[in-house]
Amino acid sequence: MNPGTAPRPWRRRSGTPWLYLAPALVVLGGLLGYPIYQLGLISLFHYTQAQVSGGEPTRFEGLGNYAALFRDEQFWQVLLATVGFAAACVVCTLAVGCALAVLLTRVRAVPRLALMLAALGAWATPAITGSTVWLFLFDADFGPVNRVLGLGDHSWTYGRFSAFFLVLLEVVWCSFPFVMVTVYAGIRAVPAEVLEAASLDGASQWRVWRSVLAPMLRPILVVVTIQSVIWDFKVFTQIYVMTGGGGIAGQNLVLNVYAYQQAFASSQYSLGAAIGVVMLLILLAVTLGYLRLLRRQGEEL
Amino acid sequence: MNLVRRSARRPGRTAAEATALLTAAVVAFPLYWMVLSAFKPAGEIESDEPRPWTPAPTLDSFRRVFGQQEFGRYFLNSVVVAVAVVIASALIAFLAATAVTRFRFRLRTTLLIMFLVAQMVPVEALTIPLFFMMRDFGQLNTLWSLILPHIAFSLPFAIWMLRGFVKGVPEALEEAAYIDGASRARFLRQILFPLVLPGLVATSVFSFISTWNDFLFAKSFIISDISQSTLPMALLVFYKPDDPDWGGVMAASTVMTIPVLVFFVLVQRRLVSGLGGAVKD
Repeated sequence: MNPGTAPRPWRRRSGTPWLYLAPALVVLGGLLGYPIYQLGLISLFHYTQAQVSGGEPTRFEGLGNYAALFRDEQFWQVLLATVGFAAACVVCTLAVGCALAVLLTRVRAVPRLALMLAALGAWATPAITGSTVWLFLFDADFGPVNRVLGLGDHSWTYGRFSAFFLVLLEVVWCSFPFVMVTVYAGIRAVPAEVLEAASLDGASQWRVWRSVLAPMLRPILVVVTIQSVIWDFKVFTQIYVMTGGGGIAGQNLVLNVYAYQQAFASSQYSLGAAIGVVMLLILLAVTLGYLRLLRRQGEEL
Repeated sequence: MNLVRRSARRPGRTAAEATALLTAAVVAFPLYWMVLSAFKPAGEIESDEPRPWTPAPTLDSFRRVFGQQEFGRYFLNSVVVAVAVVIASALIAFLAATAVTRFRFRLRTTLLIMFLVAQMVPVEALTIPLFFMMRDFGQLNTLWSLILPHIAFSLPFAIWMLRGFVKGVPEALEEAAYIDGASRARFLRQILFPLVLPGLVATSVFSFISTWNDFLFAKSFIISDISQSTLPMALLVFYKPDDPDWGGVMAASTVMTIPVLVFFVLVQRRLVSGLGGAVKD
């Protein structure tokens, strides 16, 4: 750097940003972009154990894998279950998270700290340990839940819906804290004068929430909703561990686990890849919807 | 906040505080049960009448966990992977976030949209191509096969989140630094970096958790050399769906959860203010 001249503010130079972006672009291109391209490619070939080991040449299938997938009744059933399960998780997570965030603003320091610490604990729990702990809580023989509810040795993982319900409880437990803490931070950031003015004007609590807080919190609510949709649509560990790889006869499969089972358990790599592409397209649609929402709110990127 | 103070004086406050404490107890209960069961003697865990306390706490289950072959190694591997990912993605994301907020250049908006879209990629679906990539580069059964993909998956969210923090640093500060004779590198290192540190902490929490949690990649990429495995695999040794060793599972779960808990408690304040800062943007 020439000592006589101070650097100009960055935005005027155009060459340098790429220097700062280079590491990110290399990593993302190599380990995200390229694998996505490969995923698409594999989904167009016939690719099973024989091809992987080099015993048979790979064969171009075109959209054959997709055709096979869409003809498969189980795929539609799994897709439906994935969407339904994710929707239920998102709704419950948001409801619990928002309700508790509001509750946090109404209590004194000690109960607030207690709830905050408990929530941080649930948030910090790794998905796999959370899964085993919840299974143990609901264990037919040794779990406390059946004792307290007087259910005898009822098995929660046997039935399709009760197994999904159990996984849902775990997912909500470990994901509501993100919503709660974020929404709480958002409420705290609303200037006190605004709320004061509203209550001076005689607005009821509900009215204040609906007409003042909710619009101000909307960007945050959008962010936590989108994050929840993405996370819950991709739940893997919980389903895999809690239902033993997808439940009895695959009754608790979701797309992620289904793709994994097809690829690694049945060596149907191309079919697994096709399922991956379908997931990718669904999440891409969600993202584009989110972007449009941001645009409409006039947010500058 | 007036709304809060006013409602706090209402009779409803007691009910609200009772609800908060009760909820806290319910939310904390699984963790309590995990730690309690880890300390219960074997005979008591397998009792039909589980007790919410134990008269004879024992370290047997922990001994079994740590006695398991190379458990310490698994733990160390998990720490190495998580720390490497946290540091690398924080630094790379810091540079990238600086670039997209402090520079105006063509493709800037496109890049931002790409980072946003990258956040949504179902990484689990990429297990298949990544498996072949790691195989072709001879990286299966190495910690690199876990570290590298996790850096990539942590980056988009980290960049997106840090953007708000970098934006928040006034430009006047930057110009003042230059007038005082600082170079760009020096401004980046000594002024911008410390100022966005709370943001980096919040970001790191997310990359730490997603890496520490990883079960799928460890399961798929570490297939024959188990000395390169991570904690989730160690836990599964005790969890056999037909006949789980619950004491071992709970002890291993406790060992796996505590580092994250400690990390969370350490960064708690910064995490909450960090999220506040990121969402205000």
